[in-house]
Amino acid sequence: MLHEHTLTALRDMLRRREISSTELTQHCLDRIAKHSDLNAFVTLDESGAMAAAAVADKQLASGEADLLTGVPIAHKDIFCTRGVLTTCGSKMLENFVSPYDATVVERFHQAGSVTIGKTNMDEFAMGSSNETSFFGSVKNPWDPDRVPGGSSGGSAAAVAACLVAGATGTDTGGSIRQPAAFCGLTGLKPSYGRVSRYGMIAFASSLDQGGPITRNAEDAALMLQCMAGFDPRDSTSINAPAPDMATLLGAQVRGLKLGLPKEFFDTSVDAEVLEKVRESLAVLERLGATLVDVSLPNSPAGIPCYYVIAPAEASSNLSRFDGVRFGHRSEHAEELVDLYENSRAEGFGEEVKRRILIGTYALSAGYYDAYYLKAQKIRRVIAQDFETAFEQCDVIVGPTSPTTAFPLGAKTQNPVAMYLNDIFTNTVNLAGLPGLSVPCGFDTAGLPVGLQLIGKFMDEASLLSTAHQLQQETDWHQRMPAEY
Amino acid sequence: MSISEKDVLRVAHLARIRVSSDELEDYQEGLSGILSLVEQMHDCDTDGVEPMAHPQDIQLRLREDQVTEPDQRDAMQKSAPQVDEGLYLVPRVIE
Repeated sequence: MLHEHTLTALRDMLRRREISSTELTQHCLDRIAKHSDLNAFVTLDESGAMAAAAVADKQLASGEADLLTGVPIAHKDIFCTRGVLTTCGSKMLENFVSPYDATVVERFHQAGSVTIGKTNMDEFAMGSSNETSFFGSVKNPWDPDRVPGGSSGGSAAAVAACLVAGATGTDTGGSIRQPAAFCGLTGLKPSYGRVSRYGMIAFASSLDQGGPITRNAEDAALMLQCMAGFDPRDSTSINAPAPDMATLLGAQVRGLKLGLPKEFFDTSVDAEVLEKVRESLAVLERLGATLVDVSLPNSPAGIPCYYVIAPAEASSNLSRFDGVRFGHRSEHAEELVDLYENSRAEGFGEEVKRRILIGTYALSAGYYDAYYLKAQKIRRVIAQDFETAFEQCDVIVGPTSPTTAFPLGAKTQNPVAMYLNDIFTNTVNLAGLPGLSVPCGFDTAGLPVGLQLIGKFMDEASLLSTAHQLQQETDWHQRMPAEY
Repeated sequence: MSISEKDVLRVAHLARIRVSSDELEDYQEGLSGILSLVEQMHDCDTDGVEPMAHPQDIQLRLREDQVTEPDQRDAMQKSAPQVDEGLYLVPRVIE
């Protein structure tokens, strides 16, 4: 079936004129409608998508194809899209139409892809299960009673259910890698600064990074090539050209040293998850990689440090939502301060408010040194741990998440239990490194397990190449949920 | 580590978020739980460590001080709840 092909395969079929973009786009729209119970999308842009598909078909007919001409993709609803709703999963932005496109959106447009719609997400990307969305939770296509992970849960569910072959996500503490793991997909968080944050609604600016969620590493490389590269409109953009697919997939596994941090392989991790991770490492060893023991001794401080830095930055970033210039405005306001306080109380959900309050507390007079400054010091200690470990290895490996997908509602009453999901992912954001999750098996309940690969700064190529070669030897990435 | 009602209200006001009296207890509980988690930071020795603001210690780039954006006031104000003649309207500020 058409929808079972990968992004790269569809791109090639379009180029060979075996299918048309109009036909493919319509097929995706039909499937999204048929599987609307997943709640993977917040907004569909049917007319925009069909118009873009018609333009793509003309380009394909005249042989002017670009990297992704005619291929339908979806964007996480955190990326601003001109003329189409951008809600960020929040009541605050329920009716917000951006006057401009995010750089990432613009680049995919230039590459010829067809934007089919905007995917559901945890409100302002704050969550690990997609349950904080104002537009309702998303179901995991592998088991509709379970979460797809978060915050990029809609993107992951859409790709896993083959509604679309690739989607963008963002990752502040694991929000691409954890949903990719929970949904049996390949998800890449690039190095900090690799992908422009312009027009990507800010949660924690020193941690946020956009990236692809796809069915395999080849597709992730293709999407990264479209997304990455210097952007003068983002002051933290790294001045390096977007690497091409051949570079991203061409590194050798033979001779590669894979570091296993002992802190990632302890008893806190589900035994089945560890077993599958070890099995995939054995495959990589067979391909010529060497396994070495390393240590990231300060990783237990990662979660506490992250839950100061991310909320502190969020409290500052989200102060722009004041009911004056854009977003929800309370109807109950006699004075200006009421307008601020009521608009924000009504527009933000519980988890977002909790994080703004924690961040404000950590930055407030008398607490700044004990919380924020302390967290920034720990951040350096964590970054130094990675540097030391990389003296002994090229890539760090371990589980993406300590468990497979958990049932809907299991952790909604306990924020701290939810936060612990990010234990192996958020230190990577603190250090600004690239991280990738790749499918490495299924547990006895039939749920996908993710292997995480962490690379040196700007070395996405080692991660994608390793995942690509693993995918030549295994077929976990080709499995599809039975109902879809 | 627990946070007092007074602290919740102080922080809520700083953050300009209305917290009603029937929500107070929930926030107190939620925030206290997070602070207990955050307290674990103090087990990590950071003596003599410089704080890190950027993950790669990179300084932000400066650009030439020139106008680069066109005037898009009308487009930008389309998203505003209430505007009049290019001005954002808010409730009375001064008596």
